[in-house]
Amino acid sequence: MREVVAEFANPVMLYSIGKDSSVMLHLAMKAFFPSKPPFPLLHVDTTWKFREMIAFRDQTAKRLGLKLLVHVNEEGVARGINPFDSGSVLHTQVMKTEALKQALDKYGFDAAFGGARRDEEKSRAKERIFSFRSAAHGWDPKNQRPELWRVYNTRVNKGESIRVFPLSNWTELDVWQYIMAEGIPIVPLYFAKKRPVVERDGTLIMVDDERMKLRASEKVEDRLVRFRTLGCYPLTGAIESPADTLEAIVTEMFTARTSERQGRLIDGDEKASMEKKKREGYF
Amino acid sequence: MAPRDLKSFLAAQEKKSLLRFLTCGSVDDGKSTLIGRLLYDSKLLFDDTLSALEKDSKQHGTTGDDIDFALLVDGLEAEREQGITIDVAYRFFATDKRKFIVADTPGHEQYTRNMATGASNSELAIILVDARKGVLTQTRRHSYIASLLGIRHVVLAVNKIDLVGYSQGTFDRISAEFSEFAAHLGFLSRVAIPISARFGDNVISKSAKTPWYAGPPLLTFLETVEVDAALADKPFRMPVQWVNRPNLDFRGFAGTIVGGHVKPGDTLAVAKSGRSSTVKRIVTMDGDLQTAVAGDAVTLTLADEIDISRGDVLCAANERAEVADQFAAHLLWMSEEPLLPGRQYLLKLATTTVPAQITVLKHKIDVNTLDHLAAATLRLNEVGYANFSLAQQIAFDPYAENRDMGGFILIDRFTNATVGAGMIEFGLRRATNVHWQALDVNKDVRAALKHQKPAVLWFTGLSGSGKSTIANIVERTLYAQGRHTYLLDGDNVRHGLNRDLGFTDADRVENIRRVAEAAKLFVDAGLIVLVSFISPFRSERRMARELLGEGEFVEVFVDTPLEICMARDPKGLYQKAKAGTIRNFTGIDSPYETPENPEITVRTIEADAPSQAEAIMAYLEKHGYIA
Repeated sequence: MREVVAEFANPVMLYSIGKDSSVMLHLAMKAFFPSKPPFPLLHVDTTWKFREMIAFRDQTAKRLGLKLLVHVNEEGVARGINPFDSGSVLHTQVMKTEALKQALDKYGFDAAFGGARRDEEKSRAKERIFSFRSAAHGWDPKNQRPELWRVYNTRVNKGESIRVFPLSNWTELDVWQYIMAEGIPIVPLYFAKKRPVVERDGTLIMVDDERMKLRASEKVEDRLVRFRTLGCYPLTGAIESPADTLEAIVTEMFTARTSERQGRLIDGDEKASMEKKKREGYF
Repeated sequence: MAPRDLKSFLAAQEKKSLLRFLTCGSVDDGKSTLIGRLLYDSKLLFDDTLSALEKDSKQHGTTGDDIDFALLVDGLEAEREQGITIDVAYRFFATDKRKFIVADTPGHEQYTRNMATGASNSELAIILVDARKGVLTQTRRHSYIASLLGIRHVVLAVNKIDLVGYSQGTFDRISAEFSEFAAHLGFLSRVAIPISARFGDNVISKSAKTPWYAGPPLLTFLETVEVDAALADKPFRMPVQWVNRPNLDFRGFAGTIVGGHVKPGDTLAVAKSGRSSTVKRIVTMDGDLQTAVAGDAVTLTLADEIDISRGDVLCAANERAEVADQFAAHLLWMSEEPLLPGRQYLLKLATTTVPAQITVLKHKIDVNTLDHLAAATLRLNEVGYANFSLAQQIAFDPYAENRDMGGFILIDRFTNATVGAGMIEFGLRRATNVHWQALDVNKDVRAALKHQKPAVLWFTGLSGSGKSTIANIVERTLYAQGRHTYLLDGDNVRHGLNRDLGFTDADRVENIRRVAEAAKLFVDAGLIVLVSFISPFRSERRMARELLGEGEFVEVFVDTPLEICMARDPKGLYQKAKAGTIRNFTGIDSPYETPENPEITVRTIEADAPSQAEAIMAYLEKHGYIA
């Protein structure tokens, strides 16, 4: 992170409010202590995030005294893009990928931190720690800069940028252990609680606000659930779990038989869908 | 799991050491299958990953109805279709004893750079061979590259042992052959293990089918092998990444310790300036530390105010890093565009970035036979041994002593691509012993006597564009005004100073380097120098510009369309080039890179040579070169 601050003119940290972002932000607080991290946080708000996430976001920025930028793709809002009617593919494309590009262009950021990890998904395993993006924010997996030792090539021309993934070599378990060891605050949604959910296409979706339209056969039930990963509420599956403490969550991790991104409906949309999204500029 | 178990489990987790290893082997040696097998057998696959794998196996798999573990690892779409691994993929797994990061890299010769990338961060290499084929050329190549990148522990995994009937004779023959050539590669440990990645023999547990094999299964070996390079026992090194100045009272130096350890009270020296001070505090958000070791990212404060900035290296005062601007290093070329000795690249080592060039390419190394071959250039995936010269001194250690202090990358100045990776062998003594002679009569004095501001007018453009014609008129005009000038013409210089150079890209770079150096001496003598050279590459024009002081380089782009140059063809060269009797002719089969920001652009189709020369004279007057 210090490497980025030393070598780039205008870095930003993409803050997604999830556990990985929380860890990344905590590392930044440590890396620059006693200074504050010398860059703002950027949240790309699809307007469909869990309400608790938004509350946590604002509270975190305030607690740490950091500048928070929130960007919404107003064009997408005007077009009425939403995860229910537009489908998850279009929703993600417009409200996340496009919105992110808009925000990066708007502020002219030349480096952006992201909390992605190589263990999350196959195409992410090949992602560099300093990952080059063209002026159009595209990723070319076949033309990546070789990354040797701890020497990172940080050179970019005007308009081009680098995405930086400080947590590349962390695993999901590492993240949880670190949260526990350091006592890092996370969104309460990660802990089990009775929440109103409906079962849709085999996934438990939490009814977070009145915009969720129920289908005829569906009924809302209060179930003891938590989330392993957080995104837009209509696209994020909950798991039934009684784990309401960090200890319980980590214990559950060891017996877990499904990977965390399984709760993400957008990944399964098309084969190799993550690689495709990344080429288009998704994080 | 009960909460108490969890606590002890987590405590155990924290104590686990981390082993980073690399797997190398060719397409059919079963490398991806082996990694898939390790992940599968150590119960690290999730149900959804498994069901996706089963689905994929049916669609793309090559193992019939069985699970094809290779599909687990081959990530990108393109690879899945071609059935080969083309990049480096990192995998993570852990057992009760250790955590592992696996770099999975491709085996083909054309992917040597990917293998080197994986090797640069690994402590151990697993080299796979197919038991049916034995030690091949590629086995030697993989072993050599692993050794070159500083890997000291190697496992020879003799895979597909099932296909040779679990034969001890075959295994013994292969491991003996391997030992013979690997003995010269400086490995500290070498073991050979007979395995079947597909069926799991000797991967996680000992196989009943190889009773003659007395050693441990692969995973057990990986869990127990001692690879501790004892970085903590080496001399203290911390390249300064960033200076932390939240307010006037605090000045901290942030960086990652890459060698040794440090505690408050230690005396440290700044490698380049030689100044020293003692450590006051090791600052962290959770309170000051009493000690920190290699691998820790820390912020140090010192007792004295000494000048330190990013790129400086803090060293143990009694064991300092070398400081020089010339060194010898091994270089792996990683770009499609070949290396051009003499061209300026950016060199990044630890936190320092400086312009650098290769002065002598001593030889290249045939990675298959390890023979030394004479070479004028390095192509993609070739390894060479060369002398480097840097624009300024840097601090470093030999690569064999410290990877972080001796490994560097080369960056192309225009594309910003990483084009090479180097490993320093040793500093060149002459660099420290040849000092610049300070003279009393200097450039300013000489120029004042001549009533002019010395500069280089660098005319660049295609052959036949009119460079020499215009330069000639400009020089005549200057001479008539009583100015002191000299004209370096491409063709004329090639008859003398550069008569040993041809027209390959490498020779063109050297051609320009010499002319730029000669022009610099003339500028130092106080002259206005006119250089009339095609000089097709931006990199070399930039090098010339950087050799000279601010305002001393005036780039004149003689912009004449190729068709017109060809029609003029004053020396009949285009005709010969088209006929194929001259090779590497700029504009025909060698590129011309148009200047991006020339000081003056001359469009010869818009005005004749004398009026163009007048415009250049006007520029010189306006900018104070001639009063």
